[in-house]
Amino acid sequence: MNTDLLRILPETILVVAGILVMLIDASLPPRAQRRGLIWVAAPGTMLALWASLIQLRLDPGTAFFGAVETSPFTIFFHVLICGIVLVALLLAYDTLPRDSHHQGEFYALVLFGASGMCLLTGAVELLVVFIALEISSISTYILAGYRKHTGKGPEAAIKYFLLGSFATGFLLYGIALIFGATGSTQIYEVAHKAASAQNHTFIVLALMLMLVGILFKVSAAPFHVWTPDVYEGAPSPVVALLSTAPKAAAFALLLRVLYQMLPDLRSLWMPLLWVIAAASMTIGNLAALRQQNVKRMLAYSSIAHAGYLLAAFAGLADKGIAAAAFYIAAYAAMNVGIFAVVTLISGYDEHLPLVADFRGVLYRSPLLGSLLIFFLISLIGIPFTGGFFGKFYSFSAAVGGGAVVLAIIGLLNSGVAAAYYVRLAVTVAQKPENGMSQAALPVPQIGVAVGAALLFTVGATLWLGIAPEPILRAAENAAHALQ
Amino acid sequence: MHLILFIVFAGLCLAGALNLLLQKHPINSALSLVVVMTSLAVLYLLLGAEFLAAAQIIVYAGAIMVLFTFVIMLLNAGREERTLGSKAAVALGFPAVAAILAVIATVILKAQDLGSVSLSDGITSTEELSRVLFHELLLPFEVTSVLILIAILGAVSLARKGHGDQEAGK
Amino acid sequence: MSPLSCYLLVAALLFAVGLAGALTRRNAILVLIGIELMLNAANLNLIAFWRYGPHPEALTGLMFAVFSIAVAAAEAAVGLGLVISIYRHLRTVDLDEISRMKG
Repeated sequence: MNTDLLRILPETILVVAGILVMLIDASLPPRAQRRGLIWVAAPGTMLALWASLIQLRLDPGTAFFGAVETSPFTIFFHVLICGIVLVALLLAYDTLPRDSHHQGEFYALVLFGASGMCLLTGAVELLVVFIALEISSISTYILAGYRKHTGKGPEAAIKYFLLGSFATGFLLYGIALIFGATGSTQIYEVAHKAASAQNHTFIVLALMLMLVGILFKVSAAPFHVWTPDVYEGAPSPVVALLSTAPKAAAFALLLRVLYQMLPDLRSLWMPLLWVIAAASMTIGNLAALRQQNVKRMLAYSSIAHAGYLLAAFAGLADKGIAAAAFYIAAYAAMNVGIFAVVTLISGYDEHLPLVADFRGVLYRSPLLGSLLIFFLISLIGIPFTGGFFGKFYSFSAAVGGGAVVLAIIGLLNSGVAAAYYVRLAVTVAQKPENGMSQAALPVPQIGVAVGAALLFTVGATLWLGIAPEPILRAAENAAHALQ
Repeated sequence: MHLILFIVFAGLCLAGALNLLLQKHPINSALSLVVVMTSLAVLYLLLGAEFLAAAQIIVYAGAIMVLFTFVIMLLNAGREERTLGSKAAVALGFPAVAAILAVIATVILKAQDLGSVSLSDGITSTEELSRVLFHELLLPFEVTSVLILIAILGAVSLARKGHGDQEAGK
Repeated sequence: MSPLSCYLLVAALLFAVGLAGALTRRNAILVLIGIELMLNAANLNLIAFWRYGPHPEALTGLMFAVFSIAVAAAEAAVGLGLVISIYRHLRTVDLDEISRMKG
C-alpha cells in the first residue's frame, strides 16, 4: 500500500464509516430505529484507532507534498481523539432518545468531525489546517443544536456558530499575513523563513490574529464567552464530545504553531500565554463558584482547566509539550466521564439540571453517585487520579520554564476550584429530603454501552493517576517529535 | 490604467462595505454585499487572478448572495427598529475595531520592504492552476469534499423539522 | 506607498468594517454577512501577497483563496440553515431576543 495513503489511514477510515452511516441511514425505512448504526460507527472508530497505532510502524514523515505528517505527536492525538469519540458514541447510543429518526445524522457528523480533528493534529500545511479546523467546527456546531425541540439547542448552536466563524475570520486573516511574511503556508517552510527573517512585526501580527482563532476553540479567556451557553444548550452526550475532542485537536494545533512554526518568538508568546492562562483559571473558577446549573458549572470549570493546561506552555519545549499533551489526555478522560455521569443523572432532557437537584444521588444510585464523586476528586486534582498528575506536570513545567508565579496562581486556583467541586460532591452525598419527590425519582438505568463507556473513562482516569509513566513517555515522544 | 481601475473599484468596494454596515434593512445590506463582492472580483482580475475573479462572481455573488437574499425574504426580516446591538456592544465594539485597524494599518505602512516586486504581465493560465489543484493540492481538495458533505448534511438536518416538533404542534 | 500596501490597506479596512458589523449588529443574518466580509478581506490579502510575493508561479496564495471561497460557501450554508431553524422556534433572528441563557 502506498505510504501516502497509510499516513491518512485513520482519517480515511472515519470518513468511509461516516459515508456508510449516511448510506445505510438513507436506505432504512423512514420509521425504523436508527440506533443500530452504532454497529457501523463504533467499529469504524475502533478501526481508526487501530490504524493510528499501525502508523507507529511508519517512519515519521510527511505525505501529499508536505500537507500532512505522521509522527509520535500525531499518533498520540489520533489515539486520544478516537478514544474520546468511541466513548462519546457509546454514551450517545444509550442516552439519545430511542425513537429519534435523526440518529443517522448524529453518528455521521460525529465521525466526519472526528476525521477533521484527526487531520488537524497531523496537518503541516496551513491550508489543510484551515479546512480540517472547519470540518471539526462545522460538525460540532450542528451537533450542539441537535436537541431542536427545546429552543435552547438552536440558541446554543447559533451562538457557537457565529462566534466560531468570527474566530475563523481572524485565523484566516492571520494565515494570510503569515503567507505574506514568509511566502509559504507549509509549516516547516514558514518556520525556516521565520527563523531567518529580519523583520518580525508582520509575523507577530499574524501570530496574534491566529491565536485569537485558536484560543477561541480551546475556550481560553477572554475568548470563552460561548462556552457556558453552548454546554447548557447542547445535549450532554454531545458536550462530553465537544468539551474534549475538538479542544484536544485545537491544543495540538496550538502546540504546533507555537513550538514548531514560531519557536523563535517564544520570548513574545510566552508572556502572552502566561496572562491568558492566569486569566482563564481565575475567570473560570470564580464564575463557576456562582453557578447553580451543573452543566454551566462544568463549562466554567473547563475554562479553568484550559488555563491549567496553558500554564504548561510556559515550560521549555520538551517538558512543556509533554505536560500539555499529558494534561489533555487526563482532562479528556475525566471530563468525558463526568459528562457521562451527568447525562445519566440529569437525563437527556435534563429534568434535573441544578446542583440542588443532585441531592441524594448517592442514595438513589450508589454507583452513579460514587462515580460522580470520583470524577470530581480527579477534577480537583487529588492524588491517584489523572487530574493530579496532569496538574503536577503542567505546573512543574511552568516552574521549569521560570513561571513560578503562574504555578502559584494555578495552585491557588485549584484551591478555589475545590470549593465548588466539593459543594457538588457534598450535595450528592446528602441524605434525600423527607419529601417523596426525591425518592420517587426513577433510578437511572445504566445500559451495556454506557456502562462500557463509564468503565473506560474510570479506568483511564485511574490509570493516568496510578501509573502515568507509559502515557507520559508517549507524551514525551510526542514532544520530541514536534521539535 | 491599473491605478485608475484600482482606485475606482477599491473605493466602490469600501463604499459598499460601509453602506452594508449603515443600512437598516437587511436586504439593503445583502445587496451592498453584492457590490463588495463584484468589485473585489475586479480587484482580483487586476491582480491577474482571473480564475478566482470568476469563482468570486459565480460562488459569492451568485450562489451565496442568492442564498442570503432568499433567507432574508423567506423570514421576511423587516427593518430593524434598532440596528445596533446593546450599548455595551457598541461602546466596546467600535473602539476595539478602531484599535485593531490601527494596529494592522501601522504594521502595513511601516513594512517598507513589502511589494518591491513590480507586477508582471503574465496571467496565470487555468491549465497551470488545475495542475496544482489536482496534483500538489490533491489532499486539501479531497478534504474539502468532506467539508462540503458535512455542510450539506448539516443544512438538511437543520432545516428539517426537529424531533419532537410535531408533538409541539409547530 | 507601494501597490501591495494599497491592496493590504483596502483589505484591512474591509476586515475592520466586517468586524464592526459582526460585533455590533443584532440581526443574526447581518452578523453572518459581517463575517463573510472578514473572510473576503483575508482573501484579498492572500491574492495581493501572492501577486507581489517572491514566488507567484507556485500559486500558493491563489489556491488558498480558492479553497477559502469553498469553505466560506459551506459556512454560509450551515449558518443560514441555523438561522432558519432558530427562526422556526423563536420567530426572530434578533440575537438579543434569542439570547435567553444567562449566568
